Amino acid sequence: MRESRTLERVDPTRHGDVDSGPPPTPPAPPGELPRSIPQEQLLYARILAAGMYTGLGILLITFVLYISGAISPAIPIDRLPDFWSMDVARYLEAVNTQYVHHDHILTGWAWVSALEHGDYLNFVGIVVLSIVTIICFLGILPTLLRKRDYAYAVIAVLEVVILALAASGVLTAGGH
Amino acid sequence: MVVLLFLALIEPTAAWAAQEGPLADAGAVGSADATATAWWFWPAVLFGMTFLMGILAAVGGVGGGVLFVPIVSGFCPFHLDFVRCTGLLVALCGALAAGPGFLRMNLASLRLAMPVALIASACAVAGAMVGLALPTNVVQTALGVAILGIVGLMIRARKSAFPAVRAADRLSQVLRIHGVYMEASLDREIDWKIHRTLTGLLLFIGIGFMAGMFGLGAGWANVPVLNLVMGVPLKVSVATSKFLLSITDTSAAWVYLNEGCVIPMMVVPSLVGIMLGSFIGVRILRVAKPGFVRWMVIGLLLFSGGKAITKGLGLPFII
Repeated sequence: MRESRTLERVDPTRHGDVDSGPPPTPPAPPGELPRSIPQEQLLYARILAAGMYTGLGILLITFVLYISGAISPAIPIDRLPDFWSMDVARYLEAVNTQYVHHDHILTGWAWVSALEHGDYLNFVGIVVLSIVTIICFLGILPTLLRKRDYAYAVIAVLEVVILALAASGVLTAGGH
Repeated sequence: MVVLLFLALIEPTAAWAAQEGPLADAGAVGSADATATAWWFWPAVLFGMTFLMGILAAVGGVGGGVLFVPIVSGFCPFHLDFVRCTGLLVALCGALAAGPGFLRMNLASLRLAMPVALIASACAVAGAMVGLALPTNVVQTALGVAILGIVGLMIRARKSAFPAVRAADRLSQVLRIHGVYMEASLDREIDWKIHRTLTGLLLFIGIGFMAGMFGLGAGWANVPVLNLVMGVPLKVSVATSKFLLSITDTSAAWVYLNEGCVIPMMVVPSLVGIMLGSFIGVRILRVAKPGFVRWMVIGLLLFSGGKAITKGLGLPFII
């Protein structure tokens, strides 16, 4: 019975409304990944998984530190309901006036200067989760260049530029 | 909804105050409504709601983001600015969690995702900037219209497990967008290729823009375009769409992060709630009737879409 479960490549036209794909390649043995997975795709997956676990771990740990009071927040937790109904501009202004007391409201990367507070410490995990995609594209760039896959190398560079611009805080909204 | 109704019974002041919260009480620091409840009340509600959303999303085959923004912005006191950012982070985390597995199984295709993501993420940044610049009531109303449009798409759009692609188009040949994946139901590997690549890429301009503007995960649009327009097999479409969100939503999330739209007390309960819900939902999927759940999700979206429109226009709603 095992022989009948041996993987074989299939021309999808045999299954109704589908057409044939690219030229066939040798089948992958049972239980193994398809052989045609590009090297850069597997590398991307590895970096993505590492970044995801790291970011989530940091986020959960910092949230526990925050909510337990181990690291005191800038905004007292019991005052949060006073602020979360405001639009973001008024929220930042009110929070800065009443609790943070910085020269400017905390937009962009200014939260880094408030990391001694438990609530702002949570930004670290969120930023790790948001930055992992940039690292993934930078990580696969050498592989793409080595394979002389210049079109995708350019796409990867452009994607990094877009994400880096978004992350830099250069691109700001006009506000309400 | 169940949680909200339950809360309305045990603490009516808080529940009803929430209905008008985001727009009516925007500047009410220390208002009676805001201080009437304990600080943990709404984060706990958020956790309960996202837990249910996680179950519904997993069983109903939709992303959590598309449920999160209209429901939470419609029925909780949190301002739409924070809800959209949290919605993007919820969708982003779901995509980050699923992405590595899909890539390793070759269900998600990096070659297919990269050109699409380049367009969608650039437009998501633009959408986020526009969404944050527009008045809240305009965005809320537009969100309601978009949600009703999504409902229409969910009802009308068909899916094709193996779309017919007579010949790969020139652009996809140049970019070498094709692949092979293991189809477990057939116990065979399936080759796939795509067509109408340019049309598909152009459609992602609008998809990316809407994802950024409303903070929605864009799986509801990614899958039909990949599957029905570009001819990608359904499983590859779903997996690539999920992976794609990790890029599109990242770009939009950065704009919201830099504008300061993050309240950790909203983000973490939502992430944990939706992840636990998805975990349970996958198990319920084995015994649930997906057709019934799908219609339940459609009903929920109709309800929250209607709520968003009336809230944006300042009109009364059922609740």
